[in-house]
Amino acid sequence: MPPYVRIDRVTKRFGSQAAVNDVSLDITKGEIFCLLGASGCGKTTLLRMLAGFETPSTGQIWIDGVDVTHVPPYERPVNMMFQSYALFPHLTVENNVAFGLRQDGLPAGEIRDRVAEMLAMVELKGYERRRPHQLSGGQRQRVALARALVKRPKLLLLDEPLGALDRKLRERTQFELVSIQERLGVTFVIVTHDQEEAMTLATRIGVMSAGEILQVGAPTEVYEYPNSRFVADFIGSVNLFEGRLLDDEPDHVRIECTELGYPIYVDHGISSSPDAKVSVALRPEKISLSRETPAAVPGRQPENIAAGMVTDVAYLGEVSRYLITLDGGRKVRVSQPNLHRHAERIGWDERVWLSWEPSAPVVLTQ
Amino acid sequence: MNRRLSPFILTMLCLGFAFLYVPIILMVVYSFNASRLVTVWDSVHSPTLKWYVELMSNGEVLEAARLSFKVAALNATGSTILGTLAAFCLVRFGKFRGRSLFVGLTTAPMVLPEVITGLSMLLVFVAMEQVIGWPAGRGATTITIAHMTFCLAYVTVVVQARLSTFDRSLEEAALDLGARPAKVFFVITLPIIAPSVVSGWLLAFILSWDDLVITSFVSGPGSTTLPQLIFSKVRLGVSPDINALATLLVLTVTIAVIGVGLALQRRERRLVLEAEEAREVPA
Amino acid sequence: MSTGSSDLGRGWSRLQVGRRLVLGVPYLWLCLFFLVPLVIVFGISFSTPKIAMPPIEPLVSYGADRVLQLRLYLSNYTFIAQDSLYVAAFANSLKVAFVSTVLALLLGYPMAYGIARAPRNWRSVLFLLVVLPFFTSFLLRVYAWIGLLSRAGPINTVLLKLGIIHEPLVMLQTDFAVYLGMVYSYLPFMVLPLYSAIEKLDPSLLEAAADLGCRPIKAFFRVTLPLTSEGILAGCLLVFIPSVGEYVIPAVLGGPGTLMIGRVLWEEFFNNRDWPLASAVAVLLLLLLVGFIVVLQRVQAREPASE
Repeated sequence: MPPYVRIDRVTKRFGSQAAVNDVSLDITKGEIFCLLGASGCGKTTLLRMLAGFETPSTGQIWIDGVDVTHVPPYERPVNMMFQSYALFPHLTVENNVAFGLRQDGLPAGEIRDRVAEMLAMVELKGYERRRPHQLSGGQRQRVALARALVKRPKLLLLDEPLGALDRKLRERTQFELVSIQERLGVTFVIVTHDQEEAMTLATRIGVMSAGEILQVGAPTEVYEYPNSRFVADFIGSVNLFEGRLLDDEPDHVRIECTELGYPIYVDHGISSSPDAKVSVALRPEKISLSRETPAAVPGRQPENIAAGMVTDVAYLGEVSRYLITLDGGRKVRVSQPNLHRHAERIGWDERVWLSWEPSAPVVLTQ
Repeated sequence: MNRRLSPFILTMLCLGFAFLYVPIILMVVYSFNASRLVTVWDSVHSPTLKWYVELMSNGEVLEAARLSFKVAALNATGSTILGTLAAFCLVRFGKFRGRSLFVGLTTAPMVLPEVITGLSMLLVFVAMEQVIGWPAGRGATTITIAHMTFCLAYVTVVVQARLSTFDRSLEEAALDLGARPAKVFFVITLPIIAPSVVSGWLLAFILSWDDLVITSFVSGPGSTTLPQLIFSKVRLGVSPDINALATLLVLTVTIAVIGVGLALQRRERRLVLEAEEAREVPA
Repeated sequence: MSTGSSDLGRGWSRLQVGRRLVLGVPYLWLCLFFLVPLVIVFGISFSTPKIAMPPIEPLVSYGADRVLQLRLYLSNYTFIAQDSLYVAAFANSLKVAFVSTVLALLLGYPMAYGIARAPRNWRSVLFLLVVLPFFTSFLLRVYAWIGLLSRAGPINTVLLKLGIIHEPLVMLQTDFAVYLGMVYSYLPFMVLPLYSAIEKLDPSLLEAAADLGCRPIKAFFRVTLPLTSEGILAGCLLVFIPSVGEYVIPAVLGGPGTLMIGRVLWEEFFNNRDWPLASAVAVLLLLLLVGFIVVLQRVQAREPASE
């Protein structure tokens, strides 16, 4: 099956600056695709090119088999939910939602029915005659969603859809958004800088930086198997170590790491030449702390361990975060779930051992 | 702030406002004076409305007022259309060729002394008449064109100020929902900036209604506006019927400005109130 | 909703045409009725008067031998430079405008300060009271002073009754009346930018100054005044620039000896029907103002760099 949305080698330059640099991306029908990146990474520009507000400098955009690269926004089968919601302040809720249908010249009866149906779906029945300034933030967000969805677009673009809501409301709305998407089967493209938002909403995430897409994959994929130092560092929290490949077998690799004082053993192979310099990413929650020296695997040198002093502890309820200074001076972040209420927790200035499973580290050659 | 104003500031405020308003108030009072010697109060026959009656039967004044009103209304409409377009170009079109010249052309008429504007306008009308035969002679048409040119600048400033705080995503949302650019302008942009367009229109009307210098250059025989008529009388000294006329004009403008001010204030208060109500209802 | 590939970019090119149209109308209007007229004034200032309609010697003409000739006369400019009347008029215009601006600032600043620091519900009323005169006829407001200043007017009457003077003062048709009219007419232009500058000023800055041991008067000169300097500059420009070319006030309130350049231009044009000379005066006045603004911009541009 051909991809539903195809972005083909698109570059957008503003002056000499490339906001989006040679990006290619396929999006399949019915998925929720998240463009994740820091502000200024080009994600919004890419979204605006999908909407038709910007024209690519080079490259093409195809939607459902049609080249829309030069089609103006008002002729595209695409609708957008704006970050500011962009509700027309001089129109009622009803007329805001009906606006798009009126542009298509649909009969009045059909417009009425579809608007009513949509308002029922976003639970805004009874608010038809209100103006945007008479609504709360959450209600405005739902009007904006209804207005963008009522035209049954092939593609719905959402620019930081939850950015303007407070934390409690945001969590509730995330699930509502997903359930509406599942019911209507519309393809969503969401732009966000909030990785938690991307992880909960997306079927796939595209991580962007400096106008380029670094990695595309399911949330678990980009978290567990980041393909670069940037992605590993950007999504979640991570400890990055520098090392040198000792042996490189098809089923495992061993890495010498002076910062840790012990070698790292990883239970999967990578394609790289021996002696190559590599980075190793290790998530804080994948490290265990103990007061005793961990037992080495029989018949092998001690590996996947390190020793240090606790320099900082933060008790956050569900987890505790530790900052450990290794004997070599390197600082490592560790988080431990608080499984037992009465456990004697490791505290300041204790000497501890760190250890992890051979499956935990990710070797980054980039 | 609840801090009290210092006596010095308070004195200056009173002096300043007295300075601004005493001449106008005296002019209004003397318009009810029966004596023809304007500065001497005739306490026997005053107050009287006789100068107002005389004014209403003065065909010259009525004719001039009619012409002034016609020119002001035409000018306000024309310069509002042109000025709104100009403001839209300046705010929306980004960099275009000739932009800095355009910016200069839209601001210069406000800075240029009126005598220069008036003289240059007259010369271009004379030149155009010689070359293309239009406008034939000078009168209401040339006055309106001249007024439109300098009022355009004021309308541009007013509308531009509103447009530059306009949330552009509103226009993009309308485009995204299928409205063509021209339709977006009329259905979304114009209704939202309407208050500034109306203010621009009123400003243009008042500027034109008041203008003496530019009008004097570009008007012809047989077309005398109200300010021109007043000026010709003023040069001969004070006269009670001008006091009456001035009173009528000042009162009209005052009532209009206060009315608009109150309406705007009430609208503002209503919007704030409604927004507060919305916040109390849980989402 | 979907678009075939055949009309690729059709919408965009139509958009370009629309943009040109929207921009073209006001642009052409301003070129035709503002830019071209200024060029014509410049051209005619090199002509000489002639008894005809229009009373100008054309610059371009066919000579006796049927050759196109361009004749430029510098006589207007040499005449202005040599006649002390014009030089005096230019100098006097600058003087009147400068003094009026300073007076308006001295009265306007405390007023603007008072309005900006007044209780909130009073502020909009006072603001409206400053704006209101702007909407009433300029000519009539100048006219209102004629009655006030005349020999038998209220000012003289009151002063005589109080015994302060024994002879009525001659105020009308003097330079004093012109200054009064200027300050009176342009005061709102001074107050408005000052008000918005002072209102923006955070009152806690003054509290901070007081907290650090600065007395109110000193705090005003050290904190308030520098932070409102942009408003002061804007207000002064709004008063100074129209005052230089003012015609109505000197014509109505000034005496025959009150020479101002706007009035000279008017009289050359209407009374002497010397259009070329009036044009030359206009060109010089324009150059004076442009020069003034350019110098001011230079000074302003240099300021932040030196700090």
